[in-house]
Amino acid sequence: MKIVIINYGAGNIQSIMFAIERLGYKAVLSNNPDEIKAADKVIFPGVGEASYAMKMLQESGLDVLIPTLKQPVFGICLGMQLMCNHSEEGDTKGLGIFDVDVVKFTSKVKVPQMGWNNIYNLKSDLFKGIAENEYMYLVHSFYAPICAETIATTNYELEYSSALENYNFYGTQFHPEKSGDIGEQILGNFLKL
Amino acid sequence: MLTKRIIPCLDIKNGRTVKGVNFVDLRDAGDPVELAKIYSDEGADELVFLDISATEERRRTLVDLVRKVASTINIPFTVGGGISAVSDVEVLLQNGADKVSINSSAVKNPQLINDLAQKFGSQCIVVAIDAKQIDGEWIVHLVGGKVPTEIRLFDWAQEVEQRGAGEILFTSMDHDGTKNGFANEALAKLSELVNIPIIASGGAGNIQHFVDTFVDGKADAALAASVFHFKEIEIKTLKKELKNNNIEVRI
Repeated sequence: MKIVIINYGAGNIQSIMFAIERLGYKAVLSNNPDEIKAADKVIFPGVGEASYAMKMLQESGLDVLIPTLKQPVFGICLGMQLMCNHSEEGDTKGLGIFDVDVVKFTSKVKVPQMGWNNIYNLKSDLFKGIAENEYMYLVHSFYAPICAETIATTNYELEYSSALENYNFYGTQFHPEKSGDIGEQILGNFLKL
Repeated sequence: MLTKRIIPCLDIKNGRTVKGVNFVDLRDAGDPVELAKIYSDEGADELVFLDISATEERRRTLVDLVRKVASTINIPFTVGGGISAVSDVEVLLQNGADKVSINSSAVKNPQLINDLAQKFGSQCIVVAIDAKQIDGEWIVHLVGGKVPTEIRLFDWAQEVEQRGAGEILFTSMDHDGTKNGFANEALAKLSELVNIPIIASGGAGNIQHFVDTFVDGKADAALAASVFHFKEIEIKTLKKELKNNNIEVRI
């Protein structure tokens, strides 16, 4: 199986590489459209600021490529947010894969949300064998509200989407590669899709 | 619900884990990678690696160790000690660290916080603050608590938030190593003043101290070293007791 992690300058890709290795697979980093198109599985990571990340994607034409991919694609954290219609962060137009707009938590809660929170209302093969209310590691200031494509819910200030799915596209707000053995199991589920 | 976090801190010197009483008299408590794995398996929510000799000896942080830890464990970890430039942070994050912690270098060059937050995002920038009370006033100290500044803790905390810190790790030098409990009054005040997570550090001696720092100190996370390294408190037992006290934890 060929696993490609999209390389566009987003931080902490090494942790995803290591997690995939612990699962017994190997991944390659690439920003080459042909290599990404040819992959069996594509992981779209992301840490940092939305408008800057989108600019990086645009510079390499990946913003056009990603929505056309046919194999399973997994956006993580900012990766998931960039797959939405729009993000309030830097007033950024997204890839439009998930039909929802990303907005910011209010100052009624500490921002960023940082730490372990539970996921529930699980609705996807991504969560095969995963019990309701397992804890996942999250670090984020912006969130995707609940929508038709929500496949996992988390509550921080309000209920929001901690995972989304649309056809072959999957996204999690949490970091499966940093969420202990259960997180690794979710990453493993994606690789088996 | 977002849970309160338990964070073992591994102080590193010459590639080994050490922990001093009031930062002096270092004792050897083992191999950092091995300890990291044990803590991760026992239910630690995060780990912090602090190269405590780094600032003094002007040594750069431990990239090899970061790689080994990142390849072994699947929970987040922070690396601190001797970080004074954007390039220091870049190499640590590239090798698998999730966050970096800066302390003295932020006091000497506050713009560093802005630069790091802009380049890597606030979520991976922890500002560590060591402080002790002098004539009733909490004063920021440098170099592992040895050198006082003229900066007030609460002013500095607000400033680092404004500059883009994602989290504050507050160590009370008056409490560190005493095992008499955390500085809960100051912690609660910090939590009210700023809107980013606060990690309590310094003074953990028993399970009740953790309960108190989450309830009275309003801390988002609690960090400790020796009570974990020398197995005076087991993380599993600690989390069970916190849950019994109606504190949300990941079990």
